[in-house]
Amino acid sequence: MSALPSAVGRTLTQTGEDGSQSAGQSVAEEAFLPTCEEVPCAPNILRPEGEIKLEARSLNMYYGSFQALRNVSMAIPERRITALIGPSGCGKSSFLRCFNRMNDMIDGFRLEGDVLLEGNDIYRRDLDLAYLRKRVGMVFQAPNPFPMSIYDNIAYGPRLHGRPDRSELDQIVEQSLRQAALWDEVKDKLRQSALGLSGGQQQRLCIARVLAVQPEVLLMDEPASALDPTATFHIEELMLQLMEHYTIVIVTHNMYQASRVSQYTGFFLMGELVEFGHTEQIFETPRDKRTDDYIRGRFG
Amino acid sequence: MLRTRQAFDEQLEQLQQRLLQFGTFVEAMVDKAIRALTYQDLNLAREVIAEDDTADHMDVEIEQMCMHLIAQQQPMGSDLRVIGSTMKVIADVERIADYAVDIARIAIALADTEYFKPLVDIPRMAELVRHMLRRGLEALIKRDMDMTREIIEMDDEVDALWRKLRAQLEDIMQERPLVVPQAVYLLLVARYLERIGDHVENIAERVAYVETGQLTNLAPTHRTDYQPESFNGAPGRAIQHDEGKPSGGW
Ligand SMILES: Nc1ncnc2c1ncn2[C@@H]1O[C@H](COP(=O)(O)OP(=O)(O)O)[C@@H](O)[C@H]1O
Ligand SMILES: [Mg+2]
Repeated sequence: MSALPSAVGRTLTQTGEDGSQSAGQSVAEEAFLPTCEEVPCAPNILRPEGEIKLEARSLNMYYGSFQALRNVSMAIPERRITALIGPSGCGKSSFLRCFNRMNDMIDGFRLEGDVLLEGNDIYRRDLDLAYLRKRVGMVFQAPNPFPMSIYDNIAYGPRLHGRPDRSELDQIVEQSLRQAALWDEVKDKLRQSALGLSGGQQQRLCIARVLAVQPEVLLMDEPASALDPTATFHIEELMLQLMEHYTIVIVTHNMYQASRVSQYTGFFLMGELVEFGHTEQIFETPRDKRTDDYIRGRFG
Repeated sequence: MLRTRQAFDEQLEQLQQRLLQFGTFVEAMVDKAIRALTYQDLNLAREVIAEDDTADHMDVEIEQMCMHLIAQQQPMGSDLRVIGSTMKVIADVERIADYAVDIARIAIALADTEYFKPLVDIPRMAELVRHMLRRGLEALIKRDMDMTREIIEMDDEVDALWRKLRAQLEDIMQERPLVVPQAVYLLLVARYLERIGDHVENIAERVAYVETGQLTNLAPTHRTDYQPESFNGAPGRAIQHDEGKPSGGW
């Protein structure tokens, strides 16, 4: 478990660098087998109304012989916040990482089922991984700014993805920092090292860094669990603002956070998606006894 | 974590016990009020009126327990439904206490009046609604949905008695203008008892909510409201008389 965040963190810093080679990442043959059940039929798995941005269909995921996800199907609505909850080790992060193929390079990783971004299979052979990760950005538990200036942290992605000129870059940096609700706090010290920021500021910087490449989806893996209550509050506020333009999927083991920020919540248990529905429904009237036990703090 | 869980479970248990006590107390108020009316016992009636303060106090105390639990434990799922429902249910119980007081006041007003018939159906109604109240709270705490069905059946009986009494009292008011004042009071008592039955039905609806999260109207079709047109005394009015049985009492 504890090895995970750093492994994931390493992957992010490689996002740009390995953009060209990553298309060649090998994925087990099984990942390409289309499984074509239309809609999940489990009674406690809601299919949200409105546009579906991301969709997992009958996912079975393995680390070697260990099965981390069991027949998980979930449709994630556009411009909404979807929270994934469950006891640690239940597969939330594994599931989240399927949406930008962050699992690909893990030894023994194998996936069955389909993962769709706007209806298109993101595990298809000819997919440009750099392009996928531009559209589907990721924010991690521990803020991981690059050891460079605030400005360069934000400019990093845009520089990789294009050849913006100076004024374009200035504009992107300002806009991203504004969107991440950090601009006012850092506008006078853009040239200073990002490592001098507080934890909460660093996390918002990381969010700004992802926003700078204009993604459509933000995957957040426990983005506030290393932060104090005030910084957590800022991140939650920020997420609600970002929802206007982005589809957000957040893993959190803080149920109260899930109930505050999300509109949809999925509960995982031992690799299984037990229940998925409107957040109010999940926390007030869960249908599955296991969900009720978990949210009442009766196990886990 | 485990310790606070355990403490929370104990607090929830205490909350439910307190609710039961409240229900038992109010049920006794209804009993006393009806006995005060039946036996024209002024002291008993005054006792009920004095007990209203205690009932209000219990209501506030339970509400505060709920608020504390919400603030301290931030309950989720079925725990949340139990606490939220308790807050609703105490409002119903408190209303029932108010009706008991209303009945006690009528008992005082009628203490010197000679009843033109012995009271039979009114005590019967009261017995039914008290039983319903007891079973309703028991069902809620045991989360026993089968018991709620029993409550619905009892409420049907209460409604039938209410309709029967109303028809009889209407007849009497037409035949004997001199007893109209006491007949009006007795009609009110019957009406209060019928309303108590409806409040218990609200409580019974909470059982399914706590258990399943579904909020349903248990008996949408047998709301028994006044039907003003039936008060015209038209011979063909829709109220069922108990044909075979002479109007023996109420
Ligand atoms: N790289 C990996 N190699 C092997 N097993 C892993 C790896 N990553 C996660 N797992 C295992 O998969 C399961 C799900 O892990 P994870 O998705 O991180 O759960 P969560 O995010 O819900 O805590 C756990 O049992 C974990 O030990
Ligand atoms: Mg995780």
